[in-house]
Amino acid sequence: MKELWKGNEAIPEAALRAGLEAYFGYPITPQNEVLEYLSRKLPAMGRAFVQAESEVAAINMVYGAACAGARVMTSSSSPGISLMQEGLSYIAGSEVPVVFMNMMRGGPGLGNIAPSQGDYFQMTKGGGHGDYHPIVLAPASVQEAVNLVYGAFDLAEKYRHIVGILADGNIGQMMEPVELPPPRVIEKRDRGWELTGAKGRPHRIITSIYLDPQVLHNYNVHLQAKHREIEKNEVRYSEFMLDDAEYAIVAFGSAARAAQSAVRLARQDGLRVGLFRPISLYPYPYARLAELSRRVRAILVVEMNAGQMLEDVRLAVAERVPIRFFGRMGGLVPFPEEVLDEVRELEKSV
Amino acid sequence: MMNEHMQVVFDYPDSLTDATMTYCPGCTHGIIHRLIAEVIDELGIRERTIGVAPVGCSVFMYNYFNVDFAEAAHGRAPAMATGIKRVLPDRVVFTYQGDGDLAAIGTAEIIHAAARGENITVIFVNNAIYGMTGGQMAPTTLPGMQTTSSPSGRDVELQGYPIRMSEVLAQLSGASYIVRRSVHDPGNINKTKKAIKNAFQVQLHHAGFSLVEVLSSCPTNWGLTPEAALQFVKERMIPYYPLGDYKVADAIKTIVQ
Repeated sequence: MKELWKGNEAIPEAALRAGLEAYFGYPITPQNEVLEYLSRKLPAMGRAFVQAESEVAAINMVYGAACAGARVMTSSSSPGISLMQEGLSYIAGSEVPVVFMNMMRGGPGLGNIAPSQGDYFQMTKGGGHGDYHPIVLAPASVQEAVNLVYGAFDLAEKYRHIVGILADGNIGQMMEPVELPPPRVIEKRDRGWELTGAKGRPHRIITSIYLDPQVLHNYNVHLQAKHREIEKNEVRYSEFMLDDAEYAIVAFGSAARAAQSAVRLARQDGLRVGLFRPISLYPYPYARLAELSRRVRAILVVEMNAGQMLEDVRLAVAERVPIRFFGRMGGLVPFPEEVLDEVRELEKSV
Repeated sequence: MMNEHMQVVFDYPDSLTDATMTYCPGCTHGIIHRLIAEVIDELGIRERTIGVAPVGCSVFMYNYFNVDFAEAAHGRAPAMATGIKRVLPDRVVFTYQGDGDLAAIGTAEIIHAAARGENITVIFVNNAIYGMTGGQMAPTTLPGMQTTSSPSGRDVELQGYPIRMSEVLAQLSGASYIVRRSVHDPGNINKTKKAIKNAFQVQLHHAGFSLVEVLSSCPTNWGLTPEAALQFVKERMIPYYPLGDYKVADAIKTIVQ
């Protein structure tokens, strides 16, 4: 049965139903309701909730709980995510499973609290120091956010890696009809790495320091092999009216909703336009986008930033067709009519 | 030869591995490690203890302890320990942190862990200098003390004053047991061990945050012989950092000895 849920409450509810055992966070708009919701729910369920002194502390609490084998997450928004990058790098370097959500707001600096997609680079290209990419999943609706969060813990545990849910203030603040998944009971079992006390087994160490350059090189080779596995298995995208399309719009998250409306408007005008929407931003659907670029005449990239995913589109398209960019910053959300105008300009240019 | 009049009075702790410690000659980390290991053995908690190692000279302490260990980012050990303890409340969780780690980069984490009354134990090793990075000025470096980043001696006009962390933390309602000890001679080593045992006992009784500050020597970076370094602890550090019990909450008075 569908119910009307606000994004920032549906997301933590989905996490609880996925077996969330612990949450550590720090208030920041526009995702405070996530922390507030879990402050009501988790202690009542006998699970862990701490409002930390900073995002720096929050991510390190998450790191600790993950080392102890718990299903754990945090959530924040852009400036808070910047502060978490230290911890995320350590988590990547010590291979413990963690889920975090970035409800993006306008930047740089303090920016504002309006929806933005300005953290694409930071989220998908690593963010913290060293060679790693979190798995990054970008929902375009509250229902999709629920589905992605619900599956994120299994994904994090499968690869012993970070899964980042990348949404923006729109997804967090709006209410939509949602079908919530059933609550799961996660069976506790020893997976051979978590710290639970060295009872009847050798002591375990979770660390990310390898002083010998050859050893650290080898460890990075191992981490990179894991990234190649992720790239092979976890690419996700959605396509809308692309079968006969002469022009493709590429957009993710909230921007893709405006783009989808623009596609409908364009079709009414007889323009053969479709939408390609990456859902996994890392791993990025390069191969599918490359195929698409072989059968359309031009591509329009729409983002709520200055052109960040644009760079990945260029990598995939490799100059086969012209690429036009339409970006709104500062918390402005593109209107379908504006996107449609850009499609017309795109048509004129080829 | 064993006979009925002989008994083992001194042995290698089960909670230490047989790995060779890599500390400098005369460094007191080894002593403090051993005290912790003896306490863990005596309390019978080796199989349910989880340690959190710091960034600093003791970064590899997890190799020396026969207990589960996580390696924290610099200063973040109390946050990491919080995460572990909150999801495994029946385990014994302790951090081991130096002065740069605890009193500079990790000041927020330690103060808030104490303020929350987090049920963890912290061993705070204060040697008034950054050891691993080569002897720079620490938040606890004494006024006038020469370091590689205060080459003319710490000038309090320019570089401020050292922080007395035990006194700071003792102000917090969430802190249950905050004491300062030293390992510069055998008598004080014994007192330090007793305090470490008290701190773990506080945790075992779910009685809140416990911390033992241990004044320690760094002969290498102080440029002193091991013996002269111990004298320095006694004559220079203790006057600035007086030994004593800074907080023993009423609720734990029956727990500590």
